[in-house]
Amino acid sequence: MITRLEDKELKRKSRRELLKLAPIVALGAFTFPKVSDRLIEEGVRFSDWAAGEMFRSQHLAQTFSNSDVVPFAKFPYNFYDVVDPGVDLAKWTLTVEGDVQHPGEYTLAQIQALPKKVQNTRHICVEGWDVIGSFGGTVISDFFNLIGANTKARFLEVTCVDDYYESIDMASALHPQSLFCYEMYGQPLDRGHGAPLRLQMPTKLGYKQAKYLDTIRITNVLTPGKTGYWEDQGYSWFGGL
Amino acid sequence: MADEPSGDGRREEIESAEINKEDITKEETGAGSEPASSSPAEPEVCEAVVAKLEMVADESVPNEPGLAETSAETTTKAEGPELVRAAYEHPLAIRITHWVNAISLFVMITSGLRIFRAFPSFGPKIPEKILLDIPKSLTLGGWLGGALQWHFTFMWFFAASGIFYVLFQIFSGHYRTMLFTPRDISGVWPMARHYFLFGPKPPAMGQYNPLQKLAYTSTVALGALSLLTGMVMYKPTQFSWLAFLFGGYHLTRIWHFAAMCGFLAFIPGHLIMVALHGWANFFSMLSGWKREPEYQE
Repeated sequence: MITRLEDKELKRKSRRELLKLAPIVALGAFTFPKVSDRLIEEGVRFSDWAAGEMFRSQHLAQTFSNSDVVPFAKFPYNFYDVVDPGVDLAKWTLTVEGDVQHPGEYTLAQIQALPKKVQNTRHICVEGWDVIGSFGGTVISDFFNLIGANTKARFLEVTCVDDYYESIDMASALHPQSLFCYEMYGQPLDRGHGAPLRLQMPTKLGYKQAKYLDTIRITNVLTPGKTGYWEDQGYSWFGGL
Repeated sequence: MADEPSGDGRREEIESAEINKEDITKEETGAGSEPASSSPAEPEVCEAVVAKLEMVADESVPNEPGLAETSAETTTKAEGPELVRAAYEHPLAIRITHWVNAISLFVMITSGLRIFRAFPSFGPKIPEKILLDIPKSLTLGGWLGGALQWHFTFMWFFAASGIFYVLFQIFSGHYRTMLFTPRDISGVWPMARHYFLFGPKPPAMGQYNPLQKLAYTSTVALGALSLLTGMVMYKPTQFSWLAFLFGGYHLTRIWHFAAMCGFLAFIPGHLIMVALHGWANFFSMLSGWKREPEYQE
């Protein structure tokens, strides 16, 4: 719609409309690293909160037939330090701590005595690649029943033989597809994939699925700056899928 | 007419003055049986105006130095100060979302390229075939984790401004200026020929020409595609129905990348056009008002 107006009037109107955009100039503050660091930290925190709200505790991740599974040789070994931290498999036990009725040391045989779940699921790395693998293990919530874990607590914290550490929200830990995994492709977990026990959760990104488990702890409080090896450097804590 | 924008205001004045004069002449000569606004009279009027304009433009003409000046002056005195043609093209909501979107899109693309650098392939991890090596200098975030922080923050701004933009366009009816419809199809080629092959310039029919409508409508579609595919990549299990719609997680990642390529095709063209069309055009996306728009209405 073309209108005809005085030059002065046009300038006045333009100026007034221009000023209404002034708040956007304030966004320029984010070009300062101090401000932007804070912003993106809050952004990830908000995203993690939203991701927690979105999570449907009974909604299953897609499972695949055996023909969709990649050959074992094409399932990548991903590790943060060494592929084999030299776990003494004969003497290994899982230490259980925190808000549980039966804390203590648990052997692999005790874990394997619980019902075994085998699932072909997609393993997605934060880098962008994904593989469909075959995993077997104990459903985490079954093991929680055995140790008398307080499932009203907020977090499952784990530490690993190679000093890696992770923490998982309780809802994701109790998901029916979340496993303490001791088998891949029907064989005992090999050292590179986290022998003797690792987390395997198709509802989480790869870096959440800690290998070479050493200790698990049920807790309501996470130590700030100790929420996860990669998370402490800036990865999303929720890391859900 | 648009060759000399600064003179346009004056021309309008003269034009209207001239038409009045012509009308009066007609009445005097007893041409009352013919309506004053009838088309046969118009070419004469235009010729007269053009002739007068040439005189106004060429100040070195010594023959009648006073005529143009006096006529302009008298019009000014009679009808008040000079008027400028202007259009309020971009409502505040459009301007805000345009700039928030411009910033978000810049962050999303540069951080997205950094994320892609972590696994620059669409194939399997083993063996990994690097599709393209994106220079670090084009990316934002410093490393994968930093880039993800930028991406996971600005995705909210990108989504919010996009959704708000679309709702505003729908409920204000303003979308009519930019939405590409089947009627615009025939106008795309003449416009493209004008821009890229030095063809004749098609007459400006409205705020946007058919090629612009096509480009702007496409960006909205690209925005929707990048948003939906982004949701699948962020939460493939929670949005499993959406993942299914895009052909699975793996294909969705390719769609997401393709949407970015679409934006990368649009942005340089958009910026070049803005540069070519000058300050008044650019400034209208800041102030909403465009001085002397090239279209009539």
